[in-house]
Amino acid sequence: MEIAIISGKGGTGKSSISAAFATLNGKVVLADCDVDAANLYLLFDPIHEEEEVYIGGQKAVIDYSRCTSCRYCIDYCRFDAISLINDKVSISEISCDGCFLCSRVCPENAISMVPSDKSRMYSGSFRNGKMVYGRLAPGEENSGKLVNMVREKAKQVAAENNLETIILDGPPGIGCPVMSTITGVNKVVIVTEPSMSGLHDMQRTYQIVRKFGIETYVIINKFDLNREMSLQIDAWCKTAGINVSGHLPFDPDMVEAMVQGLSITEFDGGSEISKMIKEIWNKILKINQI
Amino acid sequence: MKIAIASGKGGTGKTFVATNIFYTLQKHNYSAALVDCDAEEPNSIAFFEARQIRQTEVTQQVPVINTNICTFCGKCNEYCNYNAIFIVPQMKIIKVMEDLCHGCGACTVACTFQAISEKPVSLGTVITYSNNGKPSLIEARMNVGVMSPVPMIKEAIKETDGMAEIIIMDSPPGTSCPFIQTVATADYVVLVTEPTPFGLSDLKQSVETLKKINKPYGVIINRAGLGNKSVQEYLEHEGIAHLFDIPFRKDIAELYAVGRIVSETDSLLAGQMLGLIENISLQYGNSNNQW
Repeated sequence: MEIAIISGKGGTGKSSISAAFATLNGKVVLADCDVDAANLYLLFDPIHEEEEVYIGGQKAVIDYSRCTSCRYCIDYCRFDAISLINDKVSISEISCDGCFLCSRVCPENAISMVPSDKSRMYSGSFRNGKMVYGRLAPGEENSGKLVNMVREKAKQVAAENNLETIILDGPPGIGCPVMSTITGVNKVVIVTEPSMSGLHDMQRTYQIVRKFGIETYVIINKFDLNREMSLQIDAWCKTAGINVSGHLPFDPDMVEAMVQGLSITEFDGGSEISKMIKEIWNKILKINQI
Repeated sequence: MKIAIASGKGGTGKTFVATNIFYTLQKHNYSAALVDCDAEEPNSIAFFEARQIRQTEVTQQVPVINTNICTFCGKCNEYCNYNAIFIVPQMKIIKVMEDLCHGCGACTVACTFQAISEKPVSLGTVITYSNNGKPSLIEARMNVGVMSPVPMIKEAIKETDGMAEIIIMDSPPGTSCPFIQTVATADYVVLVTEPTPFGLSDLKQSVETLKKINKPYGVIINRAGLGNKSVQEYLEHEGIAHLFDIPFRKDIAELYAVGRIVSETDSLLAGQMLGLIENISLQYGNSNNQW
């Protein structure tokens, strides 16, 4: 069973809550799908067993010994990536989308495509099971492809090790990497916070989740930072027919646990907040067994 | 000049800083504009009483294949670098997967039978607002279900041309394409982080990326007092400009949560925001932006 933890808005506590879920019960596979800002490895310091190169996009590169500055490529590029700078045809690495068209139309065969191979996927063991995570090289297109690769690996690792639960810690936003994270999962948990932005982002996120028709749970984290907003979120969830599975208070121990490299439930399993998280996790798991 | 407010990690306070800077600049009669480049989850505009001036649709061209003319030769499929054309020649099936199409036009070029035409599809909008009589706020907004926010970000930044002397850009999180598109046009980047291990790890990635593209930058530590000293030590060790700290205070979080501008009532914070921008303008205001 795959359970994705997402949020829309960043910094609501996705990773801290995923880390707690991952260390509550039996062994799990934990997959960090926030490939643009992977953080869970910091808490769990996994032992790497495998490393794979992820080939992201491609970038067009000009061979100036062949280029005659005919500007054919400039006319064809739709990403405004090619321009004439000091009479020299130049391709902006930032704007190049890697479509290959300039390379195909160049009459001098002066343009080649260079694959970017700096992104990686790692898998290994952590103290409560197996872990898979991707690291996108800075500046890469954050397509869902690396996320798909992470999820495929997580499923393979789960099957090999007879582990039933896969926890996917998702990226912020609602774009391609998020869609790749939730496509085909069994449950989605949206972690939000009681602010205007938190509510707005959750609503946009739910529009995506609803399209996929996945069973959804909402956790309002730090709900006591603004009880009024928290009530508004409750009310909105109720009209939308979403299950609010818990309200977690602001607790500096969440940060303290992270500083010590622990999940909150490892840091102090008997604390109020740990008990609440455990209750939420049981709710999410139990409903699935029906 | 353009100043981007960015961070690797989400939720560190980018929008908080961007909206407070913009508010303070306007209050001190600077010519300022704020552009929300977080097109996946735009939130900046809601902090201001703004009136919509215009809305521009951002579109992309996608191919339309005329199956009466198509010979199912497969050349368009071969040219497409995004696997957006699905073809089974034996069964005379050809289909465009619009979600995967990037609108590069390669298939149109590939087709030697003129069987491909193109139609625009909507990706999102760029909306311009005014909060003081002049256009001053711009929002890039991606349609729900669209894969990439980049086209909206590009359009929103274009829209700022000549709008004000100081353009504040609220960047999307991360260090991939959407972030690069935003910061590439900036004269200076303010990174907002928090003093936690996650904050530090993501800050390092942002710094690495900005070094690569040669952007001047400095760091604000938000929610100072929580977590540990590792971010501060990192900044000292690397000799990175540590701009100032914003303390973790419940009252700040509460005001922000309901869409209030904290600088309105917090003169210390307002002073820090203003001082920061004045310093940046002084040092980097005339730099030639190479991107």
